[in-house]
Amino acid sequence: MGQTLLKISHLHKKFGDRVILKDLNLEVKKGEVVVVIGPSGCGKSTFLRCLNALEDIQGGEVLLDGEPVRKDASNVSAMRQKIGMVFQSYDLFPHKTVMGNILLAPLKVQKRDRQEVEREAVELLGKVGLADRRDDYPRQLSGGQKQRVAIVRALIMHPEILLLDEITAALDPEMVHEVLQVVLALAKNGRTMLIVTHEMAFARAIADRILFLEDGEIVEESGDPKAFFEKPQTERARQFLRSFEY
Amino acid sequence: MDIDVIISYLPLYKEALLLTAGIGWQGIALAFLLGLLCAVITHLRVPVLRGFVAVYVELFRNTPLLVQLFFLYFALPKIGIHISPTVCGTMGLGLLGGAYMAEALRSGLEAIPAIQSESAQSLGMTGMQTFRHIILPEALSSSVPGIVANVVFLLKETSVFSTISLMDLMFTAKDLIGMYAKTIECLTLLVVFYLIMLLPVSVLGSLVERRVRHAEFGD
Repeated sequence: MGQTLLKISHLHKKFGDRVILKDLNLEVKKGEVVVVIGPSGCGKSTFLRCLNALEDIQGGEVLLDGEPVRKDASNVSAMRQKIGMVFQSYDLFPHKTVMGNILLAPLKVQKRDRQEVEREAVELLGKVGLADRRDDYPRQLSGGQKQRVAIVRALIMHPEILLLDEITAALDPEMVHEVLQVVLALAKNGRTMLIVTHEMAFARAIADRILFLEDGEIVEESGDPKAFFEKPQTERARQFLRSFEY
Repeated sequence: MDIDVIISYLPLYKEALLLTAGIGWQGIALAFLLGLLCAVITHLRVPVLRGFVAVYVELFRNTPLLVQLFFLYFALPKIGIHISPTVCGTMGLGLLGGAYMAEALRSGLEAIPAIQSESAQSLGMTGMQTFRHIILPEALSSSVPGIVANVVFLLKETSVFSTISLMDLMFTAKDLIGMYAKTIECLTLLVVFYLIMLLPVSVLGSLVERRVRHAEFGD
């Protein structure tokens, strides 16, 4: 694992008077997969949204390759291109086909050559098993298929890091697997990712590092996912993990 | 009913149809642009302008087209502004239609979930690019039913043009009845010609509606 790619220091986030994130610090190295878990409302999603400046922050900084990511900065569009994001509700653009969704940003934002981008799109669609759906509209796809298209749409921008915000939470159980397979393959190929999830088995399988977030704070951090899931060090993490047992 | 009379009137009705449809479409084009501008101003909550838009929309939606036309045609000359009946009709229809189109398009804009523009932004798109490629097309496609209903409504409203001496369908029919008293023939032709103008719009409208119905969010 290489040098630090993403550096978050003393991140503070408030909605009005409500404090959402308190003094968060995190470094993500190139090629690392960091998984964030925690109870609902702990600030996980907001945390990810701060990292690509969909939310403004009230203190601290987010640095990607040493460059600040800020909502009000003039280079925010350039920075966001380096940070891919996939949302819980697979927000494909409903008026565009699968291909249209994937090609839009590379063509309009990055001004890349159409032929080159199309070739890459076809290749990526093949990898996620959707080569034959390129001309379908989102409404013709299942949730799992839409989510795989959303992943391709993020990948084609060649982001340095991928943020995945509970990407399986809105899916039917039998579709969770197909999406997680895609993400596992990405991890195997050395893709840097920051993942928020409620799938504990998946977290355990994919994480290089686990963060347990509660009330806007990192309560426990572990570089050994197996040890974390078997024997969490903090009482709060223990209680949280117990809630997944039946 | 006298077929010969009908046939002899046909060219007059055809002229009137062309005039009505011509002014109608120009007015509708104006209405669409005006409505889009107003909808965007309201949607983006542009200070000051937003207030003007609200006043405009309420003023024109809550007064009859006839009164609006009378203002343009009879009141404006009193303060030195003279406009031809054709321009008057186009403007009147455009102003009335703009108020209705603004409402149809505004509801289309409001129907788009915030996450759509967040997805676009997270792909590095600027506000302008997001508006052009995502927000506007989605808003247009979900506004189609409202827009089509407005087009049909506005084309029918052209029937009051006769009051500012435009030789539209209504004027032609009234004129012919006044001169030759062939009431049934004249009115039948009037109905047929309105249908000729409006039926294709309705049919085309539902085709377009079906074609662009992508905007089902979620599942």
